[in-house]
Amino acid sequence: MIVFQKPHALTDAPMHYCPGCTHGIVHRLVAEAIDALGIEGKTVGIAPVGCSVMAYNYFACDMIEAAHGRAPAVATGVKRSDPDGLVVFTYQGDGDLASIGMAETVHAAARNENITVIFINNAIYGMTGGQMAPTSLPGQVTQTSPYGRDVKACGYPVRVCEMLATLDGPEYLERVAVNNIKNIKAAGKAIRKAFQNQIDGKGFSLIEVISSCPTNWGMTPQKALEWIDEKMIPYYPLGVYKDRSAAKEENA
Amino acid sequence: MADKVLMKGNEAIAEAAIRAGCRHYFGYPITPQTEIAAYMAKRMPKIGGTFLQAESEIAAINMVYGAASAGKRAMTSSSSPGISLKGEGISYMAGSDLPGLIVNVQRGGPGLGGIQPSQSDYFQSTRGGGHGDYHLIVLAPASVQEMADMTVKGFDLADKYRMPVMLLADGTMGQMMEPVSLDLSIAEAPEKPWATTGTKLARTHNIVNSLSLVPEELEKLNNARYAKYEIVKKNEVMYEEYMMDDAEICVVAFGIAARVSKNAVVAARKNGVKVGLIRPITLWPFPTDVVAKAADKAKRFISVELSMGQMIEDVRLAVNGKAPVELCYRVGGMIPTPEQVLDAIENGGAKE
Repeated sequence: MIVFQKPHALTDAPMHYCPGCTHGIVHRLVAEAIDALGIEGKTVGIAPVGCSVMAYNYFACDMIEAAHGRAPAVATGVKRSDPDGLVVFTYQGDGDLASIGMAETVHAAARNENITVIFINNAIYGMTGGQMAPTSLPGQVTQTSPYGRDVKACGYPVRVCEMLATLDGPEYLERVAVNNIKNIKAAGKAIRKAFQNQIDGKGFSLIEVISSCPTNWGMTPQKALEWIDEKMIPYYPLGVYKDRSAAKEENA
Repeated sequence: MADKVLMKGNEAIAEAAIRAGCRHYFGYPITPQTEIAAYMAKRMPKIGGTFLQAESEIAAINMVYGAASAGKRAMTSSSSPGISLKGEGISYMAGSDLPGLIVNVQRGGPGLGGIQPSQSDYFQSTRGGGHGDYHLIVLAPASVQEMADMTVKGFDLADKYRMPVMLLADGTMGQMMEPVSLDLSIAEAPEKPWATTGTKLARTHNIVNSLSLVPEELEKLNNARYAKYEIVKKNEVMYEEYMMDDAEICVVAFGIAARVSKNAVVAARKNGVKVGLIRPITLWPFPTDVVAKAADKAKRFISVELSMGQMIEDVRLAVNGKAPVELCYRVGGMIPTPEQVLDAIENGGAKE
């Protein structure tokens, strides 16, 4: 009897992620959602520049590698090529989505582009070796904030879900975390909803996933998961920031 | 002969693109090419196509990247400063071997420059424009009819060779009106088995990508791309020769500069000067062999440009020291007059 197996929407390629990195968990959640909805054959994923740059090797659906930060624009081009036939998602880190690609993110949301965005927020640039991210916490020590993020010199972290929630455009915005079983289950549910919204033609859904980076945080994997509870979630509270369809139903 | 209609160059591009099967246009407003976007905004919704005004030039080219990845004939248009912004996306398209049409209706630069005609993006266009080793096929129309013809040709070449094509016009070509026949010969777009259109669970996944971290593999990819460029150079050079049979002086000019030069050549011939014109229609690949052959007979070459002298480098490379190559130019939105070119033909010397 099979009790546990790899989702069909993941390939057999060995992942390159560091030990204790949560990218593997989120990849699995995305693949499980694709499997559950039976959409692998019509899904196109857009990989970012960053740690998940090689996500195109791991997802079994058609994949495109985008320039740094441009995934929502690329996704827009793909989605507009076959709005009824294709399901399109981007998978982006915090530097990609909230720094160099902020314009693409905001305007895809403002247009309510019918795509699904998976946003990995681990408060650091991982691929390049641990520099300060737009989401690095005040005081957080990184390679480019060696004395801790000084908000006077480099400003405050960006809360993406809260910011996008001010727009009329987006359909669904939720922040989840993957640091314990309960949170992982909730994250899986949110990701599936974000794909379902697209299938239903509801528009732009973004799931912000609070993730860990033990390597660049300089912590053990376990300590990194605890740090999410202690530091990250207080600054980035979990929850639904926008659910336009639910709001409509309430008002009806 | 088919009926002709009076159209602006920019509109001719837009209509020809639609006729060539382009249903995906992404752009950002910039003078002097905005008529293309306006035309697309009007027409695309009526024919089930996509017109999208992107948030930036960068987003627009990346939307083209996405639609092209999904196998569609996609295009964007802009003018010089906007093309610089698109440089990143163009490099990624070249690196991912994606077809697509990029229209540059040039204006004077550098920086914000001006909004009047220019040809000063010759280097940027013919040398790639973005980072890395790559070329675009660069088409230089010299009439509104050619704006339409080269748009269609551009899509065909892009699909044939899986590479981005640039239509390099200028503000004059974009804004002027001429009669144009829209009876265009349109090749059928080829199958695109590489496109990301969904696996339908019937094949392994397609990946559109320009990343290759293993040096040996990236070198191989670059070599393969350049082998393809050699085929393009062999098969796709286009040019016009005018009164070149007995020419002792050879004027080389493209686009609007070629039209001005043609008048000057006619005037010089009336004065008994043996002068002819070579008009490159493809700027890359450049008609090197044609210019080299002319250098066997011609004693002088004059490159007429709306730039400080960019194409002149390709002319010199082709002439290869066999004859002097002079520059006749105006810049900043100014256009040489036929009299200025005639003076250069008859009296020689690089002068403004």
